Amino acid sequence: MSDVLNFHFEVDGNDFKSAGHASFLMKKNLRQLGLPPETIRRVSIAMYEGEINMVIHARGGTADVNVYEDCIEIILKDTGPGIKNIEQAMQEGFSTATDNIRSLGFGAGMGLPNMKRYTDYMNIESEVGVGTTITMKVNLI
Amino acid sequence: MKVKDLSGNYGFEAITLPDGDREIDGVYIGDLLSWVMGRAKSGNAWITIMSNVNILAVASLADTSCIILAEDVTLEDDVIKTAIDKEINILKTSMDIYSAAVTLSSVI
Ligand SMILES: Nc1ncnc2c1ncn2[C@@H]1O[C@H](COP(=O)(O)OP(=O)(O)OP(=O)(O)O)[C@@H](O)[C@H]1O
Ligand SMILES: [Mg+2]
Repeated sequence: MSDVLNFHFEVDGNDFKSAGHASFLMKKNLRQLGLPPETIRRVSIAMYEGEINMVIHARGGTADVNVYEDCIEIILKDTGPGIKNIEQAMQEGFSTATDNIRSLGFGAGMGLPNMKRYTDYMNIESEVGVGTTITMKVNLI
Repeated sequence: MKVKDLSGNYGFEAITLPDGDREIDGVYIGDLLSWVMGRAKSGNAWITIMSNVNILAVASLADTSCIILAEDVTLEDDVIKTAIDKEINILKTSMDIYSAAVTLSSVI
């Protein structure tokens, strides 16, 4: 816990075009830290899916990434509508994305499953009408 | 094969080539972004007909070697600019996805 680095990002919920920018910047940071490419890729994919979900489903939010000696922790926090049924949302193929959003290539219902798949730990806390906080960890071996 | 060696050959042409020395390692095909994000492998050439700016984040974060736009799909200028900023290789072809994939399989 001693050697911790923190990165903080504001994720704009109105700017669809730059969605993914926080993840892109984080990828650059991790490269500079000299972490293994596969670790960087896992963090990038998980963080991007969470970031884009905040833009599409929750009007934006914040992303905090903590680099510890033994793991990378990603915390995504929003004050959006919340997730009613987390178990259902975690299923591959489940999506509430609108047609408009789907026409851009989103809405496969694979984002949350990807986040689970590419991380070693994932926890979702969500309350309808209050917001969602997702914590993920990728171990550094 | 390197991405730059595909440009100008076999029916593929570069739109952006900021990282032309990148090696192509296999191919992935898809238009659903989070599907591609989850299934494409690092180094894959990604064939798609999606052209909105979000493909750039997917290519960058999933670490594909290049995006290949099939069926004469075009990009808006601001997408091209962002691709150069983010160092994403993009090629285009008039081939359909199937033909593009078959061609790639015989040359990479
Ligand atoms: N931050 C969030 N706030 C509110 N609802 C969310 C949030 N993240 C996900 N959801 C809900 O969970 C569903 C599943 O999310 P998931 O990322 O798996 O798929 P998607 O975003 O709909 O499509 P894809 O990620 O494949 O483009 C969403 O459709 C949405 O209803
Ligand atoms: Mg999603």
